[in-house]
Order: sequence, then C-alpha cells, then structure tokens
Amino acid sequence: MQRRIVSLWFPRLAAERSLRARPVDAPFALSLFDRNSERLYDLCPRAEGFGLNRGMTLVHARSFCPGLLTRPADPAADQRFLKLLARWATRYCPWVGIDGRDGLFLDITGSAHLMGGEEPLLDDIRARLARAGLTARLGLAGTPGTAWALSHFAEGIAVPGETLTRIGALPLSALRLADQTCTALERLGIATVSQLHNLPRATIARRFDRDVLFRLDQALGDLPEQISPLGEEQAFAVRITLPDPIGLLDDVMAAARRLTEHLCRRLDTAQKGARALKLTFRRVDQENQAVELKLARPMRDGERILALFERGVSAVDAGYGIDMIRLEAVEVEPLGLRQLDRSEGLEKDSLDDLITQLGNRVGLENILRFQPVDSHIPERSFKLVPAACSRPVPAWPAHRPRPLRLFAPEPITGTGFEPPQRFRWRGRALSVIEAEGPERITPAWWEEDASWVKGLRDYWRIATHQGQRLWLFHTPQHPAWFVQGEFG
Amino acid sequence: MSLTFSSVYPLKPARAHEVCGDGALVFAAIAAGTARGAVVWISESWRPTVNPEGLAPYCDPGRLLLTRADSQLNVLASAETALRSGAAGLVVAEVSGTIGLTEGRRLQLAAEAGGTTAVLLIPEGAGSNAAETRWRCAGATAPAGGPHDPRQNGHDSTRWRWSLIKNKIGTLSEWVVRWDAASHRVIVVSEAGG
Repeated sequence: MQRRIVSLWFPRLAAERSLRARPVDAPFALSLFDRNSERLYDLCPRAEGFGLNRGMTLVHARSFCPGLLTRPADPAADQRFLKLLARWATRYCPWVGIDGRDGLFLDITGSAHLMGGEEPLLDDIRARLARAGLTARLGLAGTPGTAWALSHFAEGIAVPGETLTRIGALPLSALRLADQTCTALERLGIATVSQLHNLPRATIARRFDRDVLFRLDQALGDLPEQISPLGEEQAFAVRITLPDPIGLLDDVMAAARRLTEHLCRRLDTAQKGARALKLTFRRVDQENQAVELKLARPMRDGERILALFERGVSAVDAGYGIDMIRLEAVEVEPLGLRQLDRSEGLEKDSLDDLITQLGNRVGLENILRFQPVDSHIPERSFKLVPAACSRPVPAWPAHRPRPLRLFAPEPITGTGFEPPQRFRWRGRALSVIEAEGPERITPAWWEEDASWVKGLRDYWRIATHQGQRLWLFHTPQHPAWFVQGEFG
Repeated sequence: MSLTFSSVYPLKPARAHEVCGDGALVFAAIAAGTARGAVVWISESWRPTVNPEGLAPYCDPGRLLLTRADSQLNVLASAETALRSGAAGLVVAEVSGTIGLTEGRRLQLAAEAGGTTAVLLIPEGAGSNAAETRWRCAGATAPAGGPHDPRQNGHDSTRWRWSLIKNKIGTLSEWVVRWDAASHRVIVVSEAGG
C-alpha cells in the first residue's frame, strides 16, 4: 500500500498555548532570555503586523509597539503540550511522531477512509484545531519530507506520483536543509528543488555535504525515513465524578476505597507498586485539595493504602462539598509477585506502615536505621541510612566497649599521660575513682579528617565519684585531654 | 511493706514510663534490649544519635528505627503515632522540654491502645503526672577492693542506682543494679538504697 503521511505544523504553538490559558486583546508576544537579553520567542499575528519578528530583543520590539503585552515563554511546557497534541492525533491514526519543537507527523496509511478520504481528514483536523484556538498548517504526501515541505511552504495534498511537481517550485529550505547550505546553493543560482534535482548528483555530492542529497532523496522517497511514535505512557490514575457533592468523612473514604481498589487492580496487572500517591479532591467551588502519601515500600494493597490515607483525608476541608476525586500513583516501582511467608507477614507489614505514617509527619528521609561501617575510628563505625530503602542488619559486629553517646570532643584541663584526678566538665567538678586504659587509636592516614589532625589518641574509660562514666582521650602528639563520650 | 524490684521491673507493658538522670540512656538501652520486636527511637534532630556500638551490649542496633523530628511537638506526635500503631515493641522518645498533662495523658492512652510500652527520657523534673512510673538513674560507685568489688567475681564493674520516684500503683524505693550480659537481664545488687 502506498504510504501516506500528514505533516502538521503549528507555526504559533507557544503563543497560542499561552493565549488559550489567558486570552488578551492586544498585540501579544512571549519572551525568553537568550544571548544576554530578553528576546521575542513567539508572537501573535497582530504583533507581527507591527513589524516585530522572532529573535528581536524585547526593548527593540517595545519601541516598535509600545502596547505589546508579553509573558515569559516556557519551552518545556510547550513540549508537554505538543505531546498532548500527539496523543490527541492518535484519533486519526495509531502512528504519530513528534517533529521538532512545533510539528507532528501522522502516518495515515490505510486509515484515511475512516474519515471519508484524505480531503475530509485534513478538513476535520483543521476544524478541530481551529476550535481549540490553534493555527495549523497541513501537508499530505507519500513521504515525511514532502509532507513537511508542503505544510511549511505550500499547504495541500500531493497525490502519488506528483511529488516532484508539487515541491519542484518550492525553495531549498523546504528540504529541511541548514540555512548555510541553502545560501551556498543559492549563490550558485540554484533556488528551487527542481533545479537541484536536475543537477548531476556527482557534482552535488562532491561540493556539498551529504545532507543535501540525503534530504532530497528522503523527500522524493528514494531513501526511507522513519516516524517514531511516542511510547505509550502508563498512567496510574483513576478518578470518580459524583452526581451530588459529598462531604462526610465516611462518604469520602468510601469513594476513595473504590478508587484504590481500581488503582490497585491496575498496578497488579502491571506488576507495579505505588511509592507515592496523591489523592486530589475537587470541591464544588472549583478549589482543589490534595493529600499526598509517601510509602515506605512499594505496595498495591488497597486496604493498607486506604488506612494510611485516613489521617490526611480527615484534615481536608470539604467546603460546600466534593464532586470529583482523583487518585494518582505519582511514583511507581516494579513490584513482582511474592511468595507468602508465614514467618514474616503481618508484623513486617505493620512496621512498614508505621514507617510510612511517621514519614508523612517528619519526612521519610528522617526515619533511619543504623548500618555498620568497617572502620576503627569510633565516630565512623556506623552510618545512618533511610529505613524506607534498607533492610535491618542481621548481626552487628562486636567491638570493644564504647560509650552510649558520642559527641564532638570537649576539651578539659589535664596534663600528663594518665587521666587527671579532678577536672571540670560541663560546669561540674568531677573526681575520678578509677580509670581503665589506654586504648590507642591511630587516625586513618588515607582519609582527610579535620577532627583527627592532632594525631594519635589514647582512650580511657573513667568512673567518677559523681556517678558519671566518661570516655576521655589524650593526644600525646599535641598534649591535651578531651571528653568524647558518655557511657551513661 | 517494702516494694520488691520484680513488682515494678520489667516495666509494666502498654504504659508510658519516664526516666531522668545521667543514667537514663542506659535505662532506655536496657529496656530496648529486653523488649520484643522493633524499637522506635525518637529524638530531635539536633541531638547526637545514640552510638550503636555502645548500644550493642544491651540491644541489637539493627532493631532500632530512628526517627529524627524537628521539634518536641513532632517528637511527641511521632511517639503517639508509633505507640498507637502497635507495630513496635518499645518506643523511646527523648524529650527536651516539659511534658504537659495533656501530652502525657495522650501518650498513656496511645500506649494502652496499641499495647506498646513507652520510655520517655526527660530532663530532671520535667515529667507529667500521667506517667505510670518515673525513674531517676545515676551511676553508682562501689568502693574499690571492698566485698562488693565486682571485678573479684569476674563481672562488669558497672552499677547504677535506679530510684523509683513516681509510682502510680505503689510506694517508692531505690535499688543498685547491674547488667548481666550473659543472662541478658538486670540483676539487683542491693535493695533499698543499699
């Protein structure tokens, strides 16, 4: 079957997207900071009427048109919008690709008859886009290259076999060539596609880069060109719209239960688990309220998710009532099927739920677990890792006696190699009954550590008459005494 | 009638207990070591964490779930959540200010609802009236070389003086205790201020 491609070009995509959201009745342009100044990024036809064009600095443009209204451009949002349009375009054919910043390719091979033919298909696209407030230029041909040329330079349809006659008279930039190449060819007196086509191929190949012949062949169908369709994004979101607004907690939870069941079924088929969820309530006054939930482990157990949502939902202000609820799994992670185990089971699950509950209050990154580190430096012998992405250590390595609380070394007065008999620490006078030591710890020379610049440490465990049991150290290389820990 | 240690220790389950004094941390560590299941240890983020190597003789540090809250309010709220869920065997909360009667009572009710024991480390004199028991812990000094010198028996020399300073269901007393690592329990060295 003959391949048929539609090229869809939105010449004012960015400006029209912005105007769709908030229309204005004035010359309008979008500006973007580029090459050290604010420049026009896109503009409406009225602004063009004042002689403005893209790339001009904003100051310059204002001097031409003092009444110009501008908003900052958002290219990332434009790209998202284009993706939405690509999704919309799948109503005409299943194979839609994105073309640069502002275009789409539709491979309508074999699907034009569904809209009653090629002409009605283009009319339908044009009418629907016009209703949405978007200017579109359309080209239909046997190859993407020709369709692109038509949409950008001469709107219309090229019937099979007529490709060259339709694009022959078009300028060279219709072949998607770089500006420099076009200028170079024009200097030789070659201004249109047909002139280029009539030249002997060998001379072109010798004088210009291969792009020229490559693009020409693509347009004429001598070289293949693929359209890559967008991957289908799996969206894990469900919503429920209610005929009458609801406001009681029980009703809202019942609606949320139906949503979670539905979402979890979907996660189940995809073998995924939700890691972060968002429950959005739209009230009748169009106000949105959202409850977010971050989970300690990926899961898809509806009942448990619902129980965790309870605290957040009870804090929602229902106002005059809620008429739409949407549940979205914002972050999903793979979660395969798991063999049930009698020994773990409920207790583990409830601990994970507790981590989630605490995490929603103080942040999941603040729920931590100890993990041993293989280091002889006391303050480096462990690390803290978030509990949500770690498992408990089965066996903690045994060490020498260490204090229950370690703190940054606090200097005390003392001389000699034995611990001082009396000293003051934290405002209290202490006298030593017994001292045990020394235990010598050398700094790790392969690591930079500012607190170990004084070199070797001789550690002593001491007990005082006042009841404290402390961990002191002496630095023989720079004589001084410090307290570093409390045994309690 | 004098109060026996075994009637108040191990701590009454599903209740909130308060500890103060220099040895409070050891009290909490021992309580964590003798509790079943996971231990949720809640403290404010400015405070240095407990040292897992120092904790290891009393309690496996792998069982600890540390929660770092930004304020005392969140410490108490997290403690209530953890107690009510019943997923942990023990909840330890390090509190830096006073606990009001409302907060204390809420924690007590949460502990009863979830069946979880709570140990609150409080500053001296900052407890609430709702606590089941309150203890003051300090290191005890044994005269070296005396008849009680533990090293003569080959034990760890460390002793603590644990005073019961509030008891909802009985009288007050104090004991000198030591930790027996081999049997993993607290052993009373001498009764009533001995």
